[in-house]
Amino acid sequence: MRMKGTEFFVKALIEEGVDTLFGYPGGCAIDIFDELYKQSEINVILPRHEQGLIHAADGYARATGRPGVCLVTSGPGATNLVTGIATANYDSVPLVCFTGQVPLNLIGNDAFQEVDIIGITRSICKYGITVRKREDLGKVMKEAFYIASSGRPGPVIVDLPKDIMLEEGSSQYPKNVTIRGYKPSSKVHPAQMKKALNLLDEAQKPILLIGGGVNVSGAKGELTRLVNDWKIPVITTIMGKGAIDTDSPYYVGNIGMHGCYAANMAVSQSDLLFSIGTRFSDRITGKLSAFAPHAAIVHIDIDPSSISRNIKVDVPIVSDAKNAIRTMISHDYQGDNGNWIKTIHQWNKEKPIKIKREGMAPENVIDLINEIFTEPVVVTDVGQHQMWTAQFIDMIGDTKLLTSGGLGTMGYGLPAALGAQLGCPEKDVICITGDGGVQMNIQELATAVTCGLPVTICILNNNSLGMVRQLQELFYGQRYSSTCTRRRSTCRAGCMGPNDQCPEYVPDFVKLAESYGAVGLRADNLDDAKMVLTRAKAEKGPVVIELIIDKGELVLPMVQGGMPLTEMIIHEEFTEGEGK
Amino acid sequence: MKKRWLSLYVENDVGVLSKISGLFSGKSYNLDSLTVGTTEDETISRMTIGLFGNDATFEQIKKQLNRMVEVIKVVDLTSVPFHMHEILYIRLKHLTGEDKDEALRIAKIFELTVKDYGPADILLESIHAQHRNDDIIKLIRQTFKHLEIVRGGSVAIESISISAR
Repeated sequence: MRMKGTEFFVKALIEEGVDTLFGYPGGCAIDIFDELYKQSEINVILPRHEQGLIHAADGYARATGRPGVCLVTSGPGATNLVTGIATANYDSVPLVCFTGQVPLNLIGNDAFQEVDIIGITRSICKYGITVRKREDLGKVMKEAFYIASSGRPGPVIVDLPKDIMLEEGSSQYPKNVTIRGYKPSSKVHPAQMKKALNLLDEAQKPILLIGGGVNVSGAKGELTRLVNDWKIPVITTIMGKGAIDTDSPYYVGNIGMHGCYAANMAVSQSDLLFSIGTRFSDRITGKLSAFAPHAAIVHIDIDPSSISRNIKVDVPIVSDAKNAIRTMISHDYQGDNGNWIKTIHQWNKEKPIKIKREGMAPENVIDLINEIFTEPVVVTDVGQHQMWTAQFIDMIGDTKLLTSGGLGTMGYGLPAALGAQLGCPEKDVICITGDGGVQMNIQELATAVTCGLPVTICILNNNSLGMVRQLQELFYGQRYSSTCTRRRSTCRAGCMGPNDQCPEYVPDFVKLAESYGAVGLRADNLDDAKMVLTRAKAEKGPVVIELIIDKGELVLPMVQGGMPLTEMIIHEEFTEGEGK
Repeated sequence: MKKRWLSLYVENDVGVLSKISGLFSGKSYNLDSLTVGTTEDETISRMTIGLFGNDATFEQIKKQLNRMVEVIKVVDLTSVPFHMHEILYIRLKHLTGEDKDEALRIAKIFELTVKDYGPADILLESIHAQHRNDDIIKLIRQTFKHLEIVRGGSVAIESISISAR
C-alpha cells in the first residue's frame, strides 16, 4: 500500500509506542500537524516556546524512561531547540526531535525559515539526519528511536523536508534495525570484572561511587541488593542521587563541589573507588591531581569515551550499569568495612550536610517538601535552589530527581516538570526553582493550566541570581555585578542590595500565576510555607508558590573550582575553634 | 606530542566529513591532514587522518570517533605496517636557465616528475611520504624564491607483506 509521508509518519510514531508528542506548528510542519489532527492515539501537547517544548519532552523522558518526542517547524522552531538538545545530550536523555524543513529544492537558497539544523546541532547530539528520500523515511525513523534510546541514550534530530512528507511511498515500517557503525555493547568483560573484584577484596577503605548511569539503566533494585549484601559505603554524584535510598545506613551523600563533607573526605581517603556510570566531570573531581590520591579506580561505564578521559583509571569496564551490578551481586564479598563506615559516619556527625537553624533556611524549606510529599518527582532549575535540593531532598523508593546536571540549563525546571507530570500522571510532581530560572520559561505556566497539570511550582525567591551572587560574595569582593533581580535603572551604582529600600520586585508571582489561571501563593515563614505546600498537594491544577528566602544564604560546603575536594568552605559554626 | 595516523571507514553520506572535522575543532584536537574518498563499496568512504597528540589524547580521539554512528571502523595505523603517499605539486616561476638546470637536477634526485614546462616555469609533481615531501619543500624553498605549493594530504593502506612500511 502507498501512503503519504505525513500519514506514514504518524503511523510510525504509533508503532513506536509514542503516546505523547510535544509539538509547535509552523509552515514546514503544518502538513504533519494536519495528519495528527485526524488521530487520537497520540496526545499532542502545545507548549508556548520551543525551548520549553524540548525541556518538557526531556522531563517526560527522564520521568518515564521512554524517549521524549518533539515536533517543531523549520528555522526558528528548530534553532529554539538547541539548548534543550545540548541539555539532553549532556545528561544522556533519549529524545527524538523532528524538525520541519523547507522543500529539498529550496535547501541552500536561504529560503524563508530555512536553517541547517543538522549542521548547527552536529556537536551536541547523538545523531542527526535529513531525510532526503521518501523511501528512507521509515528506516530513518526506526533508527532514530533505536539510537536515541540504546547504549548511552541521547538526543537524535530528524530533519523532514516539506516535499518528502507530501510524497507517497511505502507504508511498511521496518521491524528491525542494523546500523553497521553503531553496535552498543552492554556485556561485561569477565576478566576485567574479575580484576576489579580482586581489587575490592583487598581494599581496606572501598567506596562505591554511583553516577547518573545507574539511574538511567534503572538499576536501583540491583544496587540496593548489592549494597545491603556487601555492606559498603555509597557516594553519589548529583545525577546518581536516588540510585539507592538516601536513608540507607550505607549512603553517605553527594560528592563534589557542593557535596557533603563526609563524602568528599571519604573519597579523598579511600583506597578503592569502585565507580559506576559517572564521567568524573570537573564538578565531581575538583583538582584532578588531588582527586582520590590513595585510591585505585575501577570505572564502569557504557560509553568507552567517558573512561580514562578526565582521570586515569586502573580497571576500565565498558558495560551497562545494570548488567555490571548484576554480575557484581554474584561475587561473594567478605570484606569488613565496619570501622571505615564508622569513620565516615563520624564525619557526617561532626559536619552534617544539614545544620539546625530556625526559619526559612533552605534546608528547612526542602525538609517541608520531604515531609509533605510521598515519593514525588522532584524537578529543579539551575542555581542555588538546585544544589540545596540535591543536598537535602530525601529520595526514598520511587522518588525521582530531574535536574540539568551537565549543561546547567536555567529555564529547565518548569517545562521539565510539566513533561514529567504528563508522563507520570499518578505522581506528585514538584518543581523547585528560583526567581531567575523560572522566568526563563515562565510562559509554560500557560501549558500547565491548559493541560490541567497539578504540578507544584516552588519559587525560592532571594531577589537575586543567587549562585553567581554567591561566587561574587566569596571570590569577587562582593561586587554584585548584574545579579540583583530587584535592581532598576534608578538604583545607585555599587549598591550591595537588595535591602529594605529597594524598588518593588517584579513580577508579582502570585498575580502572574493568577493571570494564567493558576493558583498563586506566597510564604515568608515556615508555618505559612507548610500551609501553602499542603494546600498545593491537594489542588487539581498547577500551583505557584513563592517562598521568600534570605539573599545571604549560601550553598555550603563549597569547593572552589580547581581546588582539591578536601579544601571545602564550610558553615561557620563548624569552623569555630579551628582558626579558619 | 607524536605524529599519528588513523584510517577511518565512514558512511558516504552528506555531513559526515563535517562531523569528523568538527570533532577535531570542537574538542581542540590537533588535526594535521585529512583526505577522503570512496572505496570499492560506494556507500563507504575511507579517510586518512594525520594528527599530533599525546597518548591520552590519541586514545580519546579514537574513542570519540568510534562512538559516532557514521563511523564504521577506526584503524590505528600506528601499530600496523602501511603504505602511504601524498601528492605534492610545486610550480617554480620566474626561472633563469641556470635555475631550470637546478630544478631538473632536484627533480631527478628526488624522483619528482616534470608535469609541465614553460619559458620561465616548471611544474613538478612529487608522490612521496609526507615527511619526504616536507624535506623536498624545505630544499626547494632554500633554492627558489617564486613558487606555488599545493599539497594533497596523505592516503594510506595497510601493507600486504609485513615488512613494508
